[in-house]
Amino acid sequence: MNTLIDHIGQYTVDGVSKGAIYALVALGYTLVYGVLRLINFAHSEVFMVGTFAILVTYTLLDVQQYPALVVAIPTALLGLVVAGLASGGIALLVERSAYLPLRRKNAPPLIFLITAIGISLILVEVFGLLLPRRIGHLLPEVFGRERAASLSVPYLFERKPVLTIGDTVIDSIHIIVVVAAVVMMIGLDLFINRTRYGRGVRAVAQNPQTAALMGVNQDRVIMLIFVLGGVMAGAAALLWTIRIGNTQSAIGFVIGLKAFTAAVLGGIGNLRGALLGGILLGIVEVYAAAITASIWEDVFAFIILVIVLMFRPTGLLGESLGRARA
Amino acid sequence: MTTPETSTPVESAPRHAAAEAPAEGNVLRRLNQQRRNAQAAIRQRWEALPKWQRVIAVLAFIVFLYYLPWLGYLPGGAPPRNPVANLQIPPFHLIRTDLGSGGSPWAAVLFTCALYVMVAIGLNVVIGLAGLLDLGYIGFFAVGAYSVAIFGSVDSPVVQALQERFGLSQDWAIGWALCIPIAIVLTSVSGVILGWPTLRLRGDYLAIVTLGFGEIIRIAARNLNGQSGPNVTNGPRGISAIPGPEGPPSPDNQIFGLTDAKPWYWLALTLVILMVLGVRRLEHSRVGRSWLAIREDEDAAAVMGVHGFKFKLWAFAIGAVLGGTSGFLFASRYAYIDPNQFDLQLSILFVAMVVIGGSGNMVGVSIGAILLVYLPERFRDLDEWRMLYFGLAMVLIMILRPQGLIPSRRRARELADRAEEVRGGRHRAEEATINA
Repeated sequence: MNTLIDHIGQYTVDGVSKGAIYALVALGYTLVYGVLRLINFAHSEVFMVGTFAILVTYTLLDVQQYPALVVAIPTALLGLVVAGLASGGIALLVERSAYLPLRRKNAPPLIFLITAIGISLILVEVFGLLLPRRIGHLLPEVFGRERAASLSVPYLFERKPVLTIGDTVIDSIHIIVVVAAVVMMIGLDLFINRTRYGRGVRAVAQNPQTAALMGVNQDRVIMLIFVLGGVMAGAAALLWTIRIGNTQSAIGFVIGLKAFTAAVLGGIGNLRGALLGGILLGIVEVYAAAITASIWEDVFAFIILVIVLMFRPTGLLGESLGRARA
Repeated sequence: MTTPETSTPVESAPRHAAAEAPAEGNVLRRLNQQRRNAQAAIRQRWEALPKWQRVIAVLAFIVFLYYLPWLGYLPGGAPPRNPVANLQIPPFHLIRTDLGSGGSPWAAVLFTCALYVMVAIGLNVVIGLAGLLDLGYIGFFAVGAYSVAIFGSVDSPVVQALQERFGLSQDWAIGWALCIPIAIVLTSVSGVILGWPTLRLRGDYLAIVTLGFGEIIRIAARNLNGQSGPNVTNGPRGISAIPGPEGPPSPDNQIFGLTDAKPWYWLALTLVILMVLGVRRLEHSRVGRSWLAIREDEDAAAVMGVHGFKFKLWAFAIGAVLGGTSGFLFASRYAYIDPNQFDLQLSILFVAMVVIGGSGNMVGVSIGAILLVYLPERFRDLDEWRMLYFGLAMVLIMILRPQGLIPSRRRARELADRAEEVRGGRHRAEEATINA
């Protein structure tokens, strides 16, 4: 307890940078939920695919640990593009191949959820077992080991203190992660609130039938939100590799669960809620890890989720994507 | 964004017309029709039989189930190592798992099947009957397993603390039979503790929260090791010397030993039969009918005076006790447990059993459980890839046959009804007979 109070600033900064990544992943849940009222359980694996896409890119480009800044920045941008494409592509593929047939049948939510679990299993096994078996010899750095083996991703940026306030050290990684996450989120917020496509998304979220009557192509809106959510997960994957520097085929599960918790915390279906929820969750977790042994932090995340759902079932900022900014 | 097009409820008629086009779809349709007719004919035959004949058939089947461990050779003979030399009943030996090199003992596989059938029947109460997606069922399984381990084993820190506190001898522990009521109380309490705050939530939130619950139980079992919390479970070291019906594991045990799985299988089978009878009664009781009403339409059920929350809580508590019983048996059989045996993959496997088999139908979920345990054992190569196959099977079944392999007829009707809502009732008559 005392360590927490003594270093509260440091813990808060760490929590914010941890939470920023949760927030980006949470956007994927929130977008899909806002429009389809469906928990895209497979979204965690979309994130996982993003981290693998980055690892493949780095391996092909032979990126070393801590390259010069001139190399690091373009590499990071390239990583962002590749991860965005891979994650967005996978999200779209999942939508088209699994959810579309179910929507045509007007299946109950339970069926969607079970399908999504199935998709998650498939993706984890494909990256943990199938690809290592089939193409492991081609890219031994990425697919050389099977299952939950942890793969290290080269760090692009060194962790250097930038700003010191009292005992609180804000370092380069904190700044990169938080700034990048906030930029992505502002971009998404502008896209949803200011563009023609965004208006379509909001219209479908508010009332699908009326939106269809007004000439909004619902099917295209749905594809769009899956891709947008995927791209955000790709960005989160890049920041994850910058901050943590490793990945594995089973990485998605815990992060997905945390991100979903974050989305619910802020109000699922609400974009700004995802940001708030993600950052709150990050801070709570870091505090919890400081107070108790850090192995209890996952338990804390769930208990907070249950408490929030009990007292405010629609999350802190309320639920609706359509009404977030009418 | 501008073209008004497809997938709005009103306009999906063309797609359906396409399905009727004379293509291979027609062949499938005809085959499906034939299958349906055959099923209906068999059911009619069965229902036309006099009651005593049906009872005899069921009893004969149960006797066959008890006989299963000897399948492929006659009772009393030595287990066949060389399949060609010893087998007396040819077609059946192909079913056994222990004939090739490195196969698991057949009776042990049977025990595992029976154990998971118990789990499937318990989870079916929650998912199939009440329609609550519980992804953390492993939590109840673990609570059941740990209740016999913590209170019944001399290796457990709690028992050791009690020995010290009350000056009891080193091999004192609570008896196996006394652990049963303890386990029932603990699991039903854990069901209520999980259900009370969460069952008011919408279905999809419930799934995530239960998933979290399963993980919390595992983390707690791992962390309550004396260092990061009080010592209750020995943490990752696990608890050994868990008793069975004959007391703590020892070479003197005549029936329920560690090597011979046959008595354990018979015990599990007996419990399965009791559970099936119990759940059948429950299904047709007031509680069971309320569950169906809640599953089909909670608001409508509430209007008719069905107290949704109360009955959901019942479903959770009953499901928890059934899952806990299986966990209890699991711990007794293997005499050792540790937290890693209760990971979420197993929990997902439980859901897969129910869903693939056909949620809501006890025969269906039992067959789902048997398939998911038996296939990887019989075809060892499958084992490594099984999560991949489960994933594929879950997705394909949800898309092509959301009601499961052997569905409950009622459930199939519900799903067909929902699909029909989209089609605007054009093929009402035809749809109504689907899978009937």
